Amino acid sequence: MSIKEAAHAVMKKAVQVAPDKWMPGATPDPLIRQKHGLIGTPVSRLDGPQKVSGTARFAAEFPLERMVYAALNYSTIAKGRIRELHTAEAAAAPGVVLVMTHLNAPRMTRVPLFGSNAKAAGGDDLPIMQDERIHWNGEPIAVVLAESQEQADYAKSLIRVAYEAEPSVTTFEVAKASSEQGVFQGEPLLLEIGDAEAALAAAPHKVDVVYRTPRHNHNPIELHGATVAWDGDELIVHDASQCVTHTAWSLAQVFDIEEEQVHVTSPYVGGGFGSKTLWQYQVLAAAASRLAGRPVRIVLSREGVYRIVGGRTLTEQRVAIGAQADGRFDALIQTGVVGMGRHNNMPEPFMLPAKSAYKSGTFRLQVEAARMDMVGNTFMRAPGEAVGTFALESALDELAVNLGMDPIELRIRNEPDKDPTSGVPFSSRHIVEAYVAGAERFGWNQRNPKPGARREGEWLVGLGCATATYPYYRMPGGVARITLTNRGRATVSIAAHEMGMGTATTQTMVTADRLGLALQCVTVEYGDSHLPGVVLAGGSQQTASIGAAVTAAHDALITELLKLAGKESVLSGLDSEDVIGRDGYLCDIHKPDRRESYVSLMARIGREQITVEGTAPPPLEFTHWSMHSHGAMFCEARVSGVTGETRVTRFLGSFDCGRILNPKTAASQFRGGIVMGLGLALMEETQFDERKGRIMNPSLAEYHVPVQMDVPEIDLIWTDIPDPHAPMGAHGVGEIGITGVGAAVANAVYNATGTRVRDLPITLDKML
Amino acid sequence: MNNFTYVRATDVAEAVRQGGQAHAKFLGGGTNLVDLMRETLERPSVLVDVTGLSSAITDREDGGMLIGAAAKNTAVAEHRGVRTRYPLLARAILAGASGQIRNMATVGGNLLQRTRCTYFYDDDGSRCNKRGPGQGCDAIDGFNRIHAILGASSSCVATHPSDMCVALAMLDAVVHVTGSQGERTIAFADLHLLPGNHPEVETSLSPGELITAVELPALSFAQRSTYRKVRDRASYAFALVSVAAAMEVDDGVVKGVRVALGGVAAKPWRALRLEAALTGRPANEESFRAAAEAELADAQPLRHNAFKIEVAKRTIVAVLAELAGDRL
Ligand SMILES: Cc1cc2nc3c(=O)[nH]c(=O)nc-3n(C[C@H](O)[C@H](O)[C@H](O)COP(=O)(O)OP(=O)(O)OC[C@H]3O[C@@H](n4cnc5c(N)ncnc54)[C@H](O)[C@@H]3O)c2cc1C
Ligand code: SF4
Repeated sequence: MSIKEAAHAVMKKAVQVAPDKWMPGATPDPLIRQKHGLIGTPVSRLDGPQKVSGTARFAAEFPLERMVYAALNYSTIAKGRIRELHTAEAAAAPGVVLVMTHLNAPRMTRVPLFGSNAKAAGGDDLPIMQDERIHWNGEPIAVVLAESQEQADYAKSLIRVAYEAEPSVTTFEVAKASSEQGVFQGEPLLLEIGDAEAALAAAPHKVDVVYRTPRHNHNPIELHGATVAWDGDELIVHDASQCVTHTAWSLAQVFDIEEEQVHVTSPYVGGGFGSKTLWQYQVLAAAASRLAGRPVRIVLSREGVYRIVGGRTLTEQRVAIGAQADGRFDALIQTGVVGMGRHNNMPEPFMLPAKSAYKSGTFRLQVEAARMDMVGNTFMRAPGEAVGTFALESALDELAVNLGMDPIELRIRNEPDKDPTSGVPFSSRHIVEAYVAGAERFGWNQRNPKPGARREGEWLVGLGCATATYPYYRMPGGVARITLTNRGRATVSIAAHEMGMGTATTQTMVTADRLGLALQCVTVEYGDSHLPGVVLAGGSQQTASIGAAVTAAHDALITELLKLAGKESVLSGLDSEDVIGRDGYLCDIHKPDRRESYVSLMARIGREQITVEGTAPPPLEFTHWSMHSHGAMFCEARVSGVTGETRVTRFLGSFDCGRILNPKTAASQFRGGIVMGLGLALMEETQFDERKGRIMNPSLAEYHVPVQMDVPEIDLIWTDIPDPHAPMGAHGVGEIGITGVGAAVANAVYNATGTRVRDLPITLDKML
Repeated sequence: MNNFTYVRATDVAEAVRQGGQAHAKFLGGGTNLVDLMRETLERPSVLVDVTGLSSAITDREDGGMLIGAAAKNTAVAEHRGVRTRYPLLARAILAGASGQIRNMATVGGNLLQRTRCTYFYDDDGSRCNKRGPGQGCDAIDGFNRIHAILGASSSCVATHPSDMCVALAMLDAVVHVTGSQGERTIAFADLHLLPGNHPEVETSLSPGELITAVELPALSFAQRSTYRKVRDRASYAFALVSVAAAMEVDDGVVKGVRVALGGVAAKPWRALRLEAALTGRPANEESFRAAAEAELADAQPLRHNAFKIEVAKRTIVAVLAELAGDRL
């Protein structure tokens, strides 16, 4: 969905809406400054015991009566038609209940493509098993349902297919020849300020180089899976999802039923990272279930995830910086091409960080997309920023070498005082503080700027740093319901998601503080499309989105309570703005002794419970301010002078992400992002065989992600300075951790060896 | 995975009888075979579980050791005698796979694990002469970073992935087998075959022949031995190149040297040329490098694996220098 578009749309309607807490001139959220309470204390995940005892029920663990198991068969050509399809042997295999192909699949509407509607969830909008056409190498061509998973898997191997291949574009070089302007969230990925090429040409110091990053595949440890059942025209989907409401609405379009007739639940998700949206598997399982008249469980194999769930696409980025001798930028250019599927719209927006990272006399930023016959590429942790910061921050390091200047000093000299391309002020930006604190703690002053100068045995040791950055987002659609009982307990209900980040825990803390209740007295209900709100767990926006919705619901609750409390109440005459919750009481914010407990109030008015709903105000804050999270990443890398193997031995992330709500879960997010960034830097690479457009390493044995021994102790610090313009003063922390890591590692490797790797991953063959 | 019959052999004779049936396969820890069955690359009709056969690790009178084929990889690596007398074998095993896999994997199964060539694994999507003789080989012009630089052919460029086998090749181990024709022994160097025109034939075992044990001969300088594995991440990755080496140095001169390379060929590669070139030469980096050059003189790079030649040479030099230690 286009965040900006949606924001503009609501903005038009918002003229008469009262300014909310985060707008200019408004009273700030009292929780931002609150010093006591749960916010800011390390609270362990409330779902921890369920997770470690195995009682948390994931999507593919819901047992249903008469359930059958699904297996998928995938195409082996990139484009063309199915000429022959022999399924009789499979259909006759033991335990088989149904073989579904394009010949017998029910007619279905295309899945609405993500971004085409506020609730669209599709990774692409291709017809699913509706005809004999093949659109990518790996597209599902048959579904087998059987009484056991093993029987389904075996039967699917008996299907014989003959294809008629047609010319396809599976080579990046060929696709690049006809690349098109990338459009992201409704806006062209193109920004020009001044004549950057001319400024570059005239600059006394410059770098002008090309960086490349490969495709990456999603590897959440929980495979994509769903348990699906029909009850008449009602569809129940237990899914592993980061967008339950979007999925419910989108499936309703596919099967031509009402949105309310689809019920998507997703209480636990074993990692999403942008991949747990709507792909063909849920649709095929629902279609096959309808055809067979039986509930269906589908779990993709690891290979299946690679074949039908898109990943991060490849990029080729030119970064050119022209600078004066004192380091000031005259020109900042980041342009290039990314691969993209034919039926999706995700031009990996690598230029986004450069829009607000540095001051420069001129800018030229552009992303072009080269359409290829491949599975629709999609969001993957910090889409754009993860690979964009690799190129930008490597180039900065190259320029620092060129200028003979410390790379941190170079960054500070180009620190903007307002957003350099939009001109609006920053809501909160303390990147320099983060650098200073990080450099001190990491021992940056020990670094010898001369590459190759430090050797320990056969190992060359180097230090590198890079800036991390990720925008603050909040999408429209946040709605929350609060139910307060006469025993002083509250339940917050919102269609949000817990994918292991700690959202449920953190929101329980925030709600408890907001209401002035103990942690045990608050329950957060989430992961169910029948709950209120349209809340995407993506773009690191969920915390803000829930926070804004809960704030609104809380206002509604106080207003309602004050109304019901009536004249006899000690609080009588106060406005909802003047009342806060504390220790189980509603208190006058100015005279906390003037108070009444929830229990007595409820008893007095004779109510068992009160339920209210609140809608988050439109996300206008980021049209007034340039809002971003920041970080300074520090890496120590060792490179073997014998084999070229690189090992990261120390890492520090120094973050500036507003107020940290729960240091424990936030640290896990930062650390997890950094670990994933080490994979991006050193090993992750999808082997896409351009001859056939086929992924050749669809397995965790051959597609490398970091293992325990690849990950050093990761040190984390943060500024903890609240952003007054964001709910609770907080920014999302899910994605920033991966940004900047690629460059920090590459820069450390350069400092260790003098070899500059511009082509990820940094494997040993590039170090010889 | 297809339907199959499962039998658990209680003695060698029974195993050989059961294993003689059409499409029978012996089952060790299953860490490779079961994977291949899941991918339907292997479709045995009978699985003969041989993990109940001898897993004993015993000393031999001639100073060597005998390891039952059912011994788990972990058990071998942890065995005190192995660790003191053949330290490189323990090291090689521990450099491979993960703790969980090594706990399941048997010595017999490790010897016969199959290549990690990704085109071999891609049953319906790629051509492979090993999987389907005569189909062609999609790796030769495809992704071949992990493929062979020595002993390959125009029909197959796959490598043997085992770490343990590199150590066994260096040690001149002897493989004890029993088939319907009775017992025999096979020199380790003769167990695995180079691809030639028949990459589908990977070993010199006759159909249905069971590996019962691996014998480690006595080697006077085996204690001064090591194993070094070069890989894409710090653990849990197959070798790009590995080197098993033992060396005896006397008065600055190489008296005896054994080297085997992993990750470079369809079999663990015994570096006989290197050994001949180095024996009697001064134990210094110059002669190590010259010997390594000699060994790799015939190496044939593919599009993505030329780096292996240089990495192999450098690793050989580093490992020999380490073994020479202060005698350098
Ligand atoms: C993710 C992953 C990573 C790995 N990484 C490494 C690594 O880094 N280094 C490494 O060396 N290995 C690695 N391995 C491979 C592992 O070492 C082998 O899978 C294992 O050694 C095989 O032993 P097994 O007993 O499980 O064999 P099985 O899978 O049971 O059998 C393998 C083959 O041997 C045959 N067989 C078994 N026993 C006998 C016998 N007694 N006589 C005749 N035939 C027999 C079987 O029929 C089958 O063909 C890895 C494996 C995996 C899955
Ligand atoms: S290298 Fe060998 S195993 Fe790999 S595809 Fe070619 S023939 Fe098959």
